[in-house]
Amino acid sequence: MKMSGIQMVVESLRNELVDTIFCSPGGTPGDMVSYLSESDIRLVMYCHEQGASHAADGYARSTGKPGVVFCTSGLGLTSLVTGIATAYADSVPMVVFAGRGMSASSVYDAEVDMDISSITLPSTKHSIVVRSILDLPRSIREAFHLATTGRSGPVVLDLAFNAQTDTGIYRYPKNIDIRGYNPVYNSHQGQVSKAAKVLAKAKKPLIYAGGGIIYSGAHEELRQLAEKFNIPVTTTLMGLSGFPTEHPLALGMLGMHGTYWANMAVNEADVIIAAGARFDDRVTGRKSDFATKATIIHIDIDPAEIGKNICVDIPIVGDVKQVLLQLLQKTGPQDTQSWLSQINAWRSSAPMRYFQDPEGQICPQFVIEQIYEQTKGTALITTEVGQHQMWTAQFYKFNKYRSFMSSGGLGTMGYGFPASLGVQLGCPDDVVFCIAGDGSFQMNIRELATAVRYNLPVKVAVINNQHLGLVRQWQEMFFQSRYSSVVLQSAPDFVKLAEAYGALGLRAETPSEVIPVLQKALSAPGPVVIDFRVKAEENVLPMVPPNCSISEMVMTVE
Amino acid sequence: MRYVLAVLVEDKPGVLVRVAGLFARRGYNIESLAVGKTVEPMVSRMTIEVEADEKILEQIIKQLYKLVNVLKVSNLTEEPSVDRELVLIKVSADVSNRAEIQQIVETFRAKIVDVALNSIVVEVTGNQEKLEAIIMLLSQYTILEVVRTGKIAILRGSKAIK
Ligand SMILES: Cc1cc2nc3c(=O)[nH]c(=O)nc-3n(C[C@H](O)[C@H](O)[C@H](O)COP(=O)(O)OP(=O)(O)OC[C@H]3O[C@@H](n4cnc5c(N)ncnc54)[C@H](O)[C@@H]3O)c2cc1C
Ligand SMILES: Cc1ncc(C[n+]2csc(CCOP(=O)(O)OP(=O)(O)O)c2C)c(N)n1
Repeated sequence: MKMSGIQMVVESLRNELVDTIFCSPGGTPGDMVSYLSESDIRLVMYCHEQGASHAADGYARSTGKPGVVFCTSGLGLTSLVTGIATAYADSVPMVVFAGRGMSASSVYDAEVDMDISSITLPSTKHSIVVRSILDLPRSIREAFHLATTGRSGPVVLDLAFNAQTDTGIYRYPKNIDIRGYNPVYNSHQGQVSKAAKVLAKAKKPLIYAGGGIIYSGAHEELRQLAEKFNIPVTTTLMGLSGFPTEHPLALGMLGMHGTYWANMAVNEADVIIAAGARFDDRVTGRKSDFATKATIIHIDIDPAEIGKNICVDIPIVGDVKQVLLQLLQKTGPQDTQSWLSQINAWRSSAPMRYFQDPEGQICPQFVIEQIYEQTKGTALITTEVGQHQMWTAQFYKFNKYRSFMSSGGLGTMGYGFPASLGVQLGCPDDVVFCIAGDGSFQMNIRELATAVRYNLPVKVAVINNQHLGLVRQWQEMFFQSRYSSVVLQSAPDFVKLAEAYGALGLRAETPSEVIPVLQKALSAPGPVVIDFRVKAEENVLPMVPPNCSISEMVMTVE
Repeated sequence: MRYVLAVLVEDKPGVLVRVAGLFARRGYNIESLAVGKTVEPMVSRMTIEVEADEKILEQIIKQLYKLVNVLKVSNLTEEPSVDRELVLIKVSADVSNRAEIQQIVETFRAKIVDVALNSIVVEVTGNQEKLEAIIMLLSQYTILEVVRTGKIAILRGSKAIK
């Protein structure tokens, strides 16, 4: 069938079962967007390209489907860079369509066009410049294939003007073979057997589960393996919601702001299975002291992650779901009871706690616990970046798969709120909460207009400590409280601001107001912003100071 | 240690930028780089010389493989191979020293490929030691310009990289 490039794009999106496109339209060429608006694919318009890209990211993390971003003019493309880099850092599948204008046929000197593939080169899995309509269908298929297989990630499709407007015969390839791209799904059997042998002899085994569990959909296999052999599980920030926080074998998060008992367990374990995790320095602390007593088995689909940050003993390259299934067939550790009691002793010696004085100011941790209580743990949570993000990781209980969306690798303030709108679009029946800092929320606050436009009932809980809290904490702890550029006294009145946009604004200033305000927010049909006025100088604890071993946790600040 | 890698890549626009960008981003210094077509259509071969330790080399190879346009990476350092580089040297020369220079050129089995009133251009092919040696000897005259292709290398014997 003969059609134009733009029609081909729409047709290909149908073939890829895309139901939602995140965009911020530009002028060139206008008919791309108008075509889409006539199709059955939902086009969601954002105020700013960055918002569109984070929303696509949130959609992808919550549904497992690739997020699709559209940007029809080069002018807006630079605004996408942060969103693409955020997705890349956390391996989020995303396909970005960037249409070039007429004036920039192939040389980039027109003012509205940008060489987006070059600008995003270091933070994309791949990018494809489509110069001719003959290459268009295949390139789109390649982009979706690359974005969603192996270690997933963002792919940019840069469409020359001709490729959009010329006409040609449309045939969409079903299968695709990219010669230089062969992700390894099936692992080496010898390595799996070797791992099983070591595991069978373990007295103090530990599973360290990361984001790979979620991308691979291996949460069930992980639970089965842990339960079958009574192996405790700690997760990274990105692994949260890959293993139920309330499971008796769950140790919570490890690393810089992880639990004391998870970090001690890493330190004392004799066998560690790193499952889809990449030994980030926020996890390992001082590398020379990390898990020195353990034989480390590392399961990862990306061979470049093996041995990158930490030397491991038994590498297994492959899909973690498959590998866990294979390990389930083998023998495991015999008896881990005394190990589990040891961990419980650590747990009771230094539990996670905070003190909420009912007459005093609101503790941020209390708000987060109450969000869990009031939604009975069914909510999908996005966060911004900062203290509130860490408290969410520590105090919310992620029992539901894919219920936590946060920027871990890049740590992008401004991610959480637009992402929550993407989550709500992907999961219309779920309650979606964005837990935000007063600093981060302001970075993409303009997307309140989008929330109102599409009536997306997202609840934004602003943990308002009137500071860039995490930076303030570092200045307090490591720079003798010499505060600089961390006070946010000129923040707007979030309640009035919400109302100005046409959303509901609520406020809680005392602990007793927290629950009623949350209930009111939950019963409201549309978007809500809640301004929680919390204690200004609360710290995230415990904490592993920079360049320390993860066993050297600071428990209090005095 | 200095390693020599043979990298087969798809002959597509932007491939060189991706490879170079990978080295630049991670702070690995490329000592030399030579690119040319192979007998297979749409496939080019890069010979990359890099200074690194073993661990970094392993990362470089793995990261190269992550590039979709990279088809194959071979480490030629440990295998018997022939390597060559070509250099063109422009030396300031006139009647008074042309003969002397000619002698050096002959000793190295090099060639004079251009003669002008005040200069000559010498072409030399060889391994790195040979090139360094002739450049050193010619530097007693005034070297006006040096241009080098970068190293290329091939395995000895019938085994081929493809
Ligand atoms: C302020 C702040 C504080 C932080 N503090 C902490 C902290 O205390 N603790 C903490 O853990 N993190 C913390 N982080 C997050 C941290 O920076 C990293 O983002 C995080 O630790 C990385 O998680 P991960 O190892 O699970 O890797 P991810 O980035 O989730 O990577 C997933 C890994 O799995 C692999 N993979 C993907 N798909 C598959 C598959 N199908 N099969 C097998 N493998 C697969 C990938 O190749 C990759 O290696 C913090 C971040 C911020 C911004
Ligand atoms: C875009 C961006 N700029 C700067 C930073 C550095 N940074 C990390 S946390 C933080 C403070 C966040 O403040 P807020 O959103 O109020 O959250 P809080 O820590 O108070 O909970 C800053 C500035 C960042 N992560 N992202």
